[in-house]
Amino acid sequence: MQKSPLKILALMIGIALLCIQPPAHAAEVTAISGAGATFPYPVYSKWAAAYNKETGVKFNYQSIGSGGGIKQIKARTVDFGASDAPLKPADLDQSGLLQFPMIMGGVVPVVNIPGIAPGAMQISNRLLADIYLGKVTKWNDARIKSENPGISLPSRNITVVHRSDGSGTTWIFTNYLSKVSPEWKTKVGNDKSVAWPVGIGGKGNEGVASYVKRVKGSIGYVEYAYALQNHLTHVKLKNRDGGLVEPSSKTFQAAAANADWRHAKGFYMVLTNQPGKDSWPITGASFILVYKKQAKPDRGRAVLKFFDWAYRNGGKMAESLDYIPIPAKVVQLVEATWQREIKDPQGNPVWK
Amino acid sequence: MAKTLENSMKIRLHRGLAMDRLFFHTTRIFAWAVLAVIAAIMVSLFAGAAPALKKFGWGFLTSSAWNPVTEDFGALVAIYGTLITSAIAMLIGVPISFGIALFITELCPHALKRPVGIAIELLAAIPSIIYGMWGLFVFAPLLGDYIQPWISDHMGSLPLVGALFSGPPLGIGILTAGIILAIMVIPFMSAVMRDMFEIVPAVLKESAYGIGATTWEVIRHVVLPYTRIGVAGGIMLGLGRALGETMAVTFVIGNANRIHASLFAPGNTISSTLANEFTEAVGRMYTSSLIALGLVLFLITFIVLAMAKIMLWRLSGQRGIHV
Repeated sequence: MQKSPLKILALMIGIALLCIQPPAHAAEVTAISGAGATFPYPVYSKWAAAYNKETGVKFNYQSIGSGGGIKQIKARTVDFGASDAPLKPADLDQSGLLQFPMIMGGVVPVVNIPGIAPGAMQISNRLLADIYLGKVTKWNDARIKSENPGISLPSRNITVVHRSDGSGTTWIFTNYLSKVSPEWKTKVGNDKSVAWPVGIGGKGNEGVASYVKRVKGSIGYVEYAYALQNHLTHVKLKNRDGGLVEPSSKTFQAAAANADWRHAKGFYMVLTNQPGKDSWPITGASFILVYKKQAKPDRGRAVLKFFDWAYRNGGKMAESLDYIPIPAKVVQLVEATWQREIKDPQGNPVWK
Repeated sequence: MAKTLENSMKIRLHRGLAMDRLFFHTTRIFAWAVLAVIAAIMVSLFAGAAPALKKFGWGFLTSSAWNPVTEDFGALVAIYGTLITSAIAMLIGVPISFGIALFITELCPHALKRPVGIAIELLAAIPSIIYGMWGLFVFAPLLGDYIQPWISDHMGSLPLVGALFSGPPLGIGILTAGIILAIMVIPFMSAVMRDMFEIVPAVLKESAYGIGATTWEVIRHVVLPYTRIGVAGGIMLGLGRALGETMAVTFVIGNANRIHASLFAPGNTISSTLANEFTEAVGRMYTSSLIALGLVLFLITFIVLAMAKIMLWRLSGQRGIHV
């Protein structure tokens, strides 16, 4: 019998169909995807690599920005979203999302004044706001001098540097300024990008860092890790309880420890201007967003498994990148919420 | 015998005609697809921008506000930045490209012709992000430390133009963006101009030289009139690129939403605003305003290209040649 090409083709299609037919029971989830904030991207990708080695599950994270992450999860194109700014409880309820904190970090004001060493200068809350409002324009202004006796400050113009792109870092920074300066709150406000009264904008943390390095007499704000890596000159801040603090993992943790997560509805918690003498006043958490109702419970469980693993095993890796892991007490709260609120279509809890 | 031959020829003819028709329709589909894509872009831009246009109306074009907190948006600063940086790029780029193209075609020793030509084509192939990084890390410091202070000292006190060159020399701002854009469009413009100058028939030039014309006179009275349409086209190509350039400009323009008299001051262009803010824009009015900005850029580019086309028609009409 002669085999016609058609028959061979049919045979091949048959074999191919057999190969791609799903097995009888639910498939193992081998890849999960998420999108959002750029600030936690380094630590998420480090966790992802370690997790992939351990379990074989691929964790695909696109750092497209918090706004993009929120849009993507609302469009259901990813398994989870990530945002540096927490969503309001009302917004969460409306969209059926659950939010929980994953990692914390600090935002640090940095300056470039010739002859000033890191941590040598201090700036009070109100003064920082007034510099960013453009009311204090020279480094030898009487108010800066009176806070820094014994330091010789040049009569240089202050060049304010801010982020040009929408960013969670800006959200945290302007949230802090709004809390400490009523004038900032009414004139400018708190958002991921605002109408800056003065200054130049750099794209991304690295953009701000390179502008501050390049322009003498400038002041900017960056994530702590960028300040360290670029050897920028940070300043000390006076916090709400009058303590003079330097940015370090210790002072970030102090700010986080004093936060009352238990009573924060929907984990809506902003860590700026926290009480405590050792608290760094510009600290923030980065959040994960997942749906409360999981149409594909297997995928949902795989996502939660990864974050559970990261809570338990990711602390060291996070600290090596100058991030602050979430305290164990808060992790318990988060996982209890998973169990209580994340359901499959039949109403059974996805996380056990 | 003759019958079968006739039949087979008929079949061949029919098949050929069918293939021709198929070819005609296929290519027609491709051509229509271009128009369909443009129409689809227009429609989606208008649909996306509708909420912002409804809220702000024509005021969107004349308002210099850009405040995501209060959701008050206007395009004036971005439009200003886009036009000024492109104008600076043209002011610097056109004469230099012209010089490069003339040198290569008319004055350059033969051995140097190819290397210089290839170098220019290579420049055109460099991705814009490289220009941006070079601008930020190499060019801006040079400009801020040496060139801007010198310009300030020598021109800052002149009447009228003095205000353009005042202010602190940051090395980052409208002027820097304009110069980087000029460097980016020069290879495009000079490559087109060179190709144009090369098609001038040698006999025309030689006749001019023969009656005693100088090199400049040959260029002025023979080469330029012969090629002006192509040269104008090359300039428009460069201008189109300058108007839409995104990454390189975002790196060096300073990204501040303010209009300042000084060219040293930071500013913003439409495309850099989009690149900076689109990913983090939450809220209907914010996103819609950004799309409206995109629409404005689309229209500006459209108007510029349309004007260029009209100009070319006029020029060719005067010379009695139809292109």
